[in-house]
This record gives sequence, structure tokens and C-alpha cells, in this order.
Amino acid sequence: MPRQLRPATFEEAAAGLAAAAAEGQSVRIRGAGTKLDWGAAGAEPDVDLHTTGLDEIVEHNVGDLTAVLQAGVPLARAQTTFASADQMLSLDPPLGRGNAATATIGGVVATADSGPLRHRYGAARDLVVGMTVALSDGTIARSGGKVIKNVAGYDIAKLFSGAFGTLGAILAVSVRLHPLAPASSTALGASGDPEVLSKAARLLTMAPLELDALDVAWQSGWGQILARLAGAEASRRIVRVTTLMREAGLEDVDAITDDDDLWARQRAGQRSDGALLARVAARPSGLAQVLRATRSCDGRLVGRAALGLSWIEVEPEVLGALGDELGAQATIVVLDAPPGIRDGLDPWGAREGTELELMRRIKMRFDPAGACNPGVFVGGI
Amino acid sequence: MSSSAPELASRLQLVSQLQSICGHEHVLTHPHELATYRSDGLAHYRQIPVAAVLPGSADEVQRIVRACYEAEVPWVARGSGTGLSGGALPIAEGVLIVLARLRRILSVSLEDSRVVVEPGVTNLAVSRAVGPTHFYPPDPSSQIVCSIGGNVAENSGGAHCFKYGFTTNYVTGLEVVLSDGEIVQLERDAPGYDLLGAFVGSEGTLGVTTKITLRVIPVPQSVRTLVAFFEDTGAAGEAVSAIVSAGIVPGAIEMMDRLSIKAAEEATGAGYRLDAGAALLVELDGPDEECTSRLEQVMALCSRTGAMDVRVALSDEERALIWRARKAAFAAMGRIAPAYYVQDGVIPRTRLAEVLRRIDALAAEYKLQVANVFHAGDGNLHPLICYDAAREGEAQRAEELSGLIIKTCVDAGGSITGEHGVGVDKKAYMPSMFSEADLDTFQRLRCAFDPHGLANPGKVMPTPRLCGEVPGPYREHPLERAGVATRF
Repeated sequence: MPRQLRPATFEEAAAGLAAAAAEGQSVRIRGAGTKLDWGAAGAEPDVDLHTTGLDEIVEHNVGDLTAVLQAGVPLARAQTTFASADQMLSLDPPLGRGNAATATIGGVVATADSGPLRHRYGAARDLVVGMTVALSDGTIARSGGKVIKNVAGYDIAKLFSGAFGTLGAILAVSVRLHPLAPASSTALGASGDPEVLSKAARLLTMAPLELDALDVAWQSGWGQILARLAGAEASRRIVRVTTLMREAGLEDVDAITDDDDLWARQRAGQRSDGALLARVAARPSGLAQVLRATRSCDGRLVGRAALGLSWIEVEPEVLGALGDELGAQATIVVLDAPPGIRDGLDPWGAREGTELELMRRIKMRFDPAGACNPGVFVGGI
Repeated sequence: MSSSAPELASRLQLVSQLQSICGHEHVLTHPHELATYRSDGLAHYRQIPVAAVLPGSADEVQRIVRACYEAEVPWVARGSGTGLSGGALPIAEGVLIVLARLRRILSVSLEDSRVVVEPGVTNLAVSRAVGPTHFYPPDPSSQIVCSIGGNVAENSGGAHCFKYGFTTNYVTGLEVVLSDGEIVQLERDAPGYDLLGAFVGSEGTLGVTTKITLRVIPVPQSVRTLVAFFEDTGAAGEAVSAIVSAGIVPGAIEMMDRLSIKAAEEATGAGYRLDAGAALLVELDGPDEECTSRLEQVMALCSRTGAMDVRVALSDEERALIWRARKAAFAAMGRIAPAYYVQDGVIPRTRLAEVLRRIDALAAEYKLQVANVFHAGDGNLHPLICYDAAREGEAQRAEELSGLIIKTCVDAGGSITGEHGVGVDKKAYMPSMFSEADLDTFQRLRCAFDPHGLANPGKVMPTPRLCGEVPGPYREHPLERAGVATRF
């Protein structure tokens, strides 16, 4: 059983991390633990460093559309605060399994998780404008700032976003916020033909619609395109979207203003209970191929149609076949997998090469003790 | 700079190597030829490098960098040389790699919202290559000439980045030559560390790009532009707050103060009101319906916050005219004073009024004129500190004032630079924003990419720092040998 550290201050977090590292112990940095089994399965850590005690919303600068959050702040709580000022952090990943919504901002950023809003607003790394981190030698360092425009110094926040805690612990982030739209409307259309779905996605991507989200879903031989508009005029503008969907050949085209459940379903599709879930990055124009691969592996898919990002759930034994069907252009990262399967799997699939060598050099510079989440990341980092 | 005989010999050998890589005509060594390259857009920093080399392919760039690595000679990459922080200032004992010949657009795929270009392609050429349906949003005011490679190095912004974001939000792939001559392919969403994100904005200190993939987006359906005139910048600032608080995200929202209006109006005759203390240029873009409804809202908010006059552009010509004055503001400053320092500080927008009052007070104290032109949406100020070098002590006073203005921005919770970069010009201000621990952490990243400190040394960091032990044989650093830096 790992030793449990629950720091209440940045100094405690840094000192705890440094003390463990100095003793040659491994430290698992964790928030609410909703994605704890992502990454490569490694040995049990010596220490669990919980960020959940660092849970203060330090600043919400309403007039500046920025906020400073400690790493352990549950994203759902932050969103409630922002919504009270008609604002949002445009980051909407699944926040836990089932009805639990415990995921912390630190964990979301550390795993580079995202949701449908990535279509318009980018990923965590695009919304984080500053970061405070603790390194395994006890250093507490800050990069960026709390203004939305700033090019002073290196962008350490991007390096730590998606680093799975292998470079150090994220202690706090400064984020950019956006106005919460007064209304939204989602158009949806269906087809059993990957080519038709792909064509619809292409038409919608290339039209000047300012969509908030453009998603695709596939299950049991049937697919759907979902396009969300936000803004005062959304329900009037949605007609243009449904028209394009019909032109592309989608069926059952409809527009819905009460659309929260639709998008909650898309988010939920980014997790699997019991099967294997892979995140696939491919060219957006390769959507039809991704859908065909999903179909032939009897899988289920949700994805960001214009970004070429998909989450595909399949039975573990067809992972290899899925890779073959997707082709060499696609990169596959396994997120969820049943415990027995995970142990024998490299979930990252990263190839040896100069890029991986460079990543190892970065790991060595930031965490020379090798204390932070050892072994969970690409290439055994 | 004096050199020992062996150093001179090795430098001559390097030059001859560069000539064999790129051809004699693309290696400049004569001081007369090198004069063009002695500075970037910040002309008061000057340095003549050993050689300027103009490679014609990515392969040549790689061979140049490798030759420099083997000779232990530092180098600086340069695009179009429009940067405003001295980031492309050459090094006396180094090589300048000029990427102006790498200006091919390699592929365009609108289906994938992607364009692949070489680093010497100009910013505007990218938008032209994907037009008329699409465009590349980051639009620094030098976009006609500035290069995409330079934009990547500086993480360039522009007038439209409040709504659309910065270079870093649009780069999806990079081919980079590291300082040891190795090539890495950095891609967004590739498994592993976000090396791409770390590279963009690193001011040429982590390597040199040879291929850049950019995301482009559809041209908005509608654009509506207006200019509102106010008694003073305080009232205009209130209008900005009111607009943003209403949940409106304009494509651009720019402010000019009395002095810059005067200069720009004299230069362009765009019709700006000379009796106004501030002009606010607001551009809304997006779907027709949203633009129309937001335009009415913005006009109402401007009136409510005391606008003297609101003029909406009714044609493309009128829109161009409104923008002409804003874009001419820097150049027009020559009418006010023979020289100026331009700063690039950022503040939280809500602190605008107090920061501008502080700048006014400082200007009065220093007996200098300061004109303000800025990106009001994101709080990025461009104070232009006017001076006449012919008057004794004035240049020095202007420089001091410039530093105090930056300090005011940092004290207000902002940044020393929003889009121009640190380069050599602002590195002395880095400690006002970052602690020693922060700077040491930056250095870790730099050391991972460039352990020997050959890529654009002397930029960004306030004091020279070297990297500690790395696996492999120890190499004494040229700066260490010269006694000008110590090992970090």
C-alpha cells in the first residue's frame, strides 16, 4: 500500500515530493483518480501524492475572463462558479464514471483530456495561460501568467499538459474563460454509410458556421453527425446546418435546442466499462476509413469530426485488427482496458526515434531522480 | 571581436564548408553584404555575424546546423527580420541562417483544414494560398513580409487574436532541426510530451524549423467594422469592458489615444476625429445574423458609455479606411518625434484605466510624449515612447521610462511582452516577472533541446546560463572557455 500524502499547500506538496525522491521512492501524482489506470501499467508506487487538498479557486477575474485554479479543484465546481457569471472554461471532458463528476482540473490537464468543445476552443493546452508546478527536487516554478496574451519565457505549461505527471506535479493553472452563450441548438443527422457521414462532416467543416462542436458517433452499423451552434441566433442559424446535412445525404435530420443530453452521451462515449477504448488521431479527411475500421471490428465510436480525433471502443482481442484497418497514418493510444489486458500492453505505441530520445532528455532534465509517475508514459518514461 | 589564430582557422574552415553546402553565392561574409542582416526590426541592436548563409532546402539547413555543431559555432535563424525584440540579432562569433529562400507552399488540403509550408513563406501568402474560402487567423501587422518561421519562433499574435488565438493554436506540425543536426517531427496529438507546444514561441533557441503545418479556417460569412470616438481612453476602456461583459467576442477591438489619432490622421486622412481623446475600432465577424445583432448591441454600448460619435463602415472601402489609420499608427509616429521605443506589455484588461493614468503620470515626470495604440480586447499595450536622440539625455530618459512602463504592467498582474517576444530587448526584464526557480526551470527545457547552447544563445534568458552534465562526453563550452558564462 503506497504511503498517502495529502498536502494542503504548494510548499508541502513540493517538500513531500522532494523528500520521497531523495529517498529513491516513486511518487504517483493523482487528483480524484478518475483516470488512474490510463498509461502503462507499472509497479505500485511508494507514495501517492494527492492534489485534492489543493482545491481553492484562487481567482475568478470576471471582467478579464480568466481564473486561477489550484490543481485539485473539481472541474465541475469551477464550472458552477464560472456559470454564475455567465462564463465557462471551454473544456468539457467526461468528469468521471457514471454520475460521478469528480475529475480535477489538474488531472484533466495532466492527461490532456478534452470533450466536444475542443472543436472550437482547442484542448486544455490552448486554454491554460499559466501554470505552477513542483519538481522532484522541491523546486516550485511558474510559467506563463494570468493574462490571455503573453509570450514571455518558455511555455512549460504545454509541456506539462498531457505529461501524465511524469515531469512533476501541477499545483495550479491559470485559464482563459469564454462567455457562456445565451442559447444553443444542435443539428443531427444519421446514416449507415461511412462515406455519407464523412461527406457531411466535410461540408460542415468547410462552411463558415462557427460551430461550437462537430461530432460523429457510430454504433451497431449506424452513425450520426452532431453539430452544435451557440449564440443568441442559434435556433435561426441552425437551418443552414440542417440544409447542409440533407445535401450530404444524411437521414432523419433534426434540430434540438434542449441538447445537453446529446452531448453528455458523446462525452460518455469517451470511456469504456469492461472493453478496450482507444483514442485515435487521423487526418479529418480519413473519417470514412476510421468509420469502416470501427464497423469491421464491431466497435463503437465517438469523435471530433473536423479534428480527426476518435475514441473507439472494441473488444480487446480485435485491437490488432483495428490498427491494421486504420492504417499506418493513424496513431492509436489505448486509454481504458480491462486489468488483465492492460498488463501486457504498451498503450502508447510510440516508435523509437529522435523524438522519443528528446522526450527522454526532457524527462531527465525535469525529473532526474525518476520519481514522478515512473513507467506510465511513452517509451517507458 | 578578437580571435585566436586556431579559432580564426576553424571559422574559415566552417565558411568553406558552408560554401560547399549552399554554393558560394549563398554564403555572405563581406561586411558590406552582411550589413543588411546586422539587425532585425529593432534596428538599434546591431551585430555583424561571421557569415550569413541562405540555404535552399531543408537538407541544406540540416547540413549547416551540423557543420556548426561540429565546429562548436553558435547560430541564429532569421526569417524576414521583422521581429521587434532583437530575437534575430546575429552573434559576432556565429552564423546567421537566413531562411528567406525556403518559401514554397508544399501542400494545401482544405478538407483537412491544413496547409504545409516552408518557414520563409510570408504570413499573408498562407492566407492567399487557402483563399478565398479559408484564411490563416494570426495576423501580425507585418504580415505582408513577416515569415511563418518567424511567427512560429515568436508565437506571433495580431489584431484578431482576441477571438481567434495565436500562432501556437494553429501550428499542428513542425519539422525541426535540433542544434546537433538531428531532425525531429513534432505533431499535435502525437503520443508523448507536447514538444510542438514547447517549441512554438521559443524564439529560435530550441532549433530551427524547416517545415510547418498550419490549421486554417473558413473565412467568416460577414464582417462589420465600426469606429467609436470618446472623450478619453477611460471612457473607451469602459466601452470595451461593457462589450466583453455582454458576452460579445469581437474579431478585433483596437484602441488609439489622442496622440496616435493625431499622427495617424495626419498620415492617412482616414477621417478620424481630432477632437477625440480615444478611438475604438471594433470589428465583428461571423455568421450574418450574429454580426447584425451584435453590431446593434455594440453601438448601443458605445453610446451608453459616452461615445461622441460612432461610425459604421458601409462598404469595403470605408472598412479599409478605418483600418488604414490603425495600421499606420506606428509609422505615423515619425510626425510626432524622430524616434520612439515601442513596448509590448500586457495587463489584465480591467486595470486599463489605472495603468494608462500611471503611464501619463510617468510621461509627465520624464517630460516625454507617450502615444498609446493597443489591442484592447486582450490588454496588450503598445506604448510608443517618443524621443529625440539629438537632445541630450533624452534617449536615455526614454529607455528608463520604457522600463518603468513595463514594470507597471507586471505590477498590474500582466506580462512584459504579449507578442513581440523577449529576444535581447526584454531579457533584462525577465526577473521582474519570473523568479530564479522559474528561470532555472526554463533552462531545463532549453538544455534538453540544445545542451551545448548553440541555438540563438544570449536571447530570452536574462543572464547567460549553460547546461549541466548530460550523458556523453563533456564538452567545454565556448562561452565557458571565454569566461563569460558559468555552468548551470
